[in-house]
Amino acid sequence: MADVLAITERRGGKIRPGAHEVIAAAASVAVGLGGATHALVLGGIGVGDEVSHLGSFGADLVRVGEDAALETVVPETYAVVIAEAVHSHGYAAVLFAATALGKDLAPRVAALLDVPLASDVTRAEVEDGRLFCERPIYGGKVIARIEFEASPAVLSLRPNAFGTNGSQAGGRVERLVVAVPEAVRSRVVGFRAAESGSVDVSEASVIVSGGRGMKSAENWNVLEDLRDALGPQTALGASRAVVDAGWRPHGEQVGQTGKTVSPTLYFAIGISGAIQHLAGMRTSKIIVAINKDPDAPIFAIADYGIVGDAFEILPALTAQIEQLRSES
Amino acid sequence: MDVVVCLKRVPDTEIRVRFADGATMIEPEGIKYIVSPYDEFALEAALRTAEASGEGRVTVMTLGDESSQETLRTALAVGADAAVLLHGSVTMDGLATAKALAAELKTRDEPLVLFGVKAGDDDQQQVGPMVATLLNRPCATNVTSFEVRERVVRCDRDVEGGTEVVELDLPAVVTLTKGDFELRYASLRGIMAAKRKPLEAKDADRPEGRLTVARLAHPPESAEGRIIGDGPEAVPELVRLLRDEAKVL
Repeated sequence: MADVLAITERRGGKIRPGAHEVIAAAASVAVGLGGATHALVLGGIGVGDEVSHLGSFGADLVRVGEDAALETVVPETYAVVIAEAVHSHGYAAVLFAATALGKDLAPRVAALLDVPLASDVTRAEVEDGRLFCERPIYGGKVIARIEFEASPAVLSLRPNAFGTNGSQAGGRVERLVVAVPEAVRSRVVGFRAAESGSVDVSEASVIVSGGRGMKSAENWNVLEDLRDALGPQTALGASRAVVDAGWRPHGEQVGQTGKTVSPTLYFAIGISGAIQHLAGMRTSKIIVAINKDPDAPIFAIADYGIVGDAFEILPALTAQIEQLRSES
Repeated sequence: MDVVVCLKRVPDTEIRVRFADGATMIEPEGIKYIVSPYDEFALEAALRTAEASGEGRVTVMTLGDESSQETLRTALAVGADAAVLLHGSVTMDGLATAKALAAELKTRDEPLVLFGVKAGDDDQQQVGPMVATLLNRPCATNVTSFEVRERVVRCDRDVEGGTEVVELDLPAVVTLTKGDFELRYASLRGIMAAKRKPLEAKDADRPEGRLTVARLAHPPESAEGRIIGDGPEAVPELVRLLRDEAKVL
């Protein structure tokens, strides 16, 4: 079998936008392998009605598993259902998004299928009928090209590293018969929403990150203004120094011991650019650095740098971006 | 309560990487090694759990070569009670590593096994939940803090947009990320005491890896550190470049 399965995620009763990216990547792998692209959607009763539009993201077939026990995402349960769906069809490759959930689920599914997993992949391609992928290691200092010697190949894809294909193809929707495990020993008992904006830093397409150069927690309002000007897909990020000082929550930390991000546009404001920070953001497509110190290491990897006082530069930048937005 | 912490010896984050063996591995000569930073969180959580229960023992375990003894001794110096070294190679194939660890853990009866959420070198973030699956135990990943109450461990998980609270029935596996606590470090007394603590070495039951590194490369040079100007006067040029050259606005 050369078919490829994309595992989609739902949150708050909706398919998450990142699912489009996984389906698009699956479609590109499926073309290389000469198979079809399938998408798997799991959820509680009624989930089937939400997904009739999913085929338009490029899946030839959308398989929907509906069961009251799948209403809440319990990885222990989901992993068994996904592994069974993969096993019974015999896919060549299974793709997850490397989100908090995907990074939790993919290893369990791989272990159940007794195949290795390539995590947090930034590129996947088929050459002479064989699937290769690339993934950053050593904090992004090295890119490893990986080959699979077992089937199916299981991958999790770094969010924003692949993009969507704008496919308008309409796929079929099919009900999947699921058998949920009975003896489940883990329960999701609560959720506390973070106070900061709606987009998480690991999923945002634009990130405004502040470092020690912001001088105090109270000064974050200038970063918030820039975030608001850049639009709803923008999140705030922070350096480790800032999180360690208690200015910002750990959920915003970018870098080693924080989150790894790959946005289209990354603003590093008052961040010197320690290796452990670069480890978390160097695959960003465009990096803008603003720092007082012209010798700060962040400038060495920035596409565009401005030397100077962030408190003078940011209000001007925010105003110009607001103006640009109002014109378009 | 007794706890096992699985550790990994990894190159220091600050190293310069050179390649060896046809660019399929990094040159190990001259590299400084450390305990993977996330595993330090797991060790700290284990020590706190053992202390809270009053009579817990913390065992640290690793898969690696003889040099991993040093990593285990470091953990013993920080406060772990005993160490197990499984002799075997560690590759990118996390499932092979997980099988070796699970084979050993099956012979033991600690109710809680902790991991760092990922290793500081290959960032795979997979061995913990794989071990849990192989052992058929519940697992929570990316946990910032947890609390053991009778036969249940209640975990705060860091997920997109907030904190998810998960309960696991013991025995269980938990992988730790950075939490809101200070790490302890080895004291001189701890280092001396570590020399007398038990360190058991044995051959690992590890299968061949099935995920191969075809080639390593340095990341493409994305930018040449282009400074476009000083102060607010440079803002119009920045906005123009972002809009017209980078096309991201």
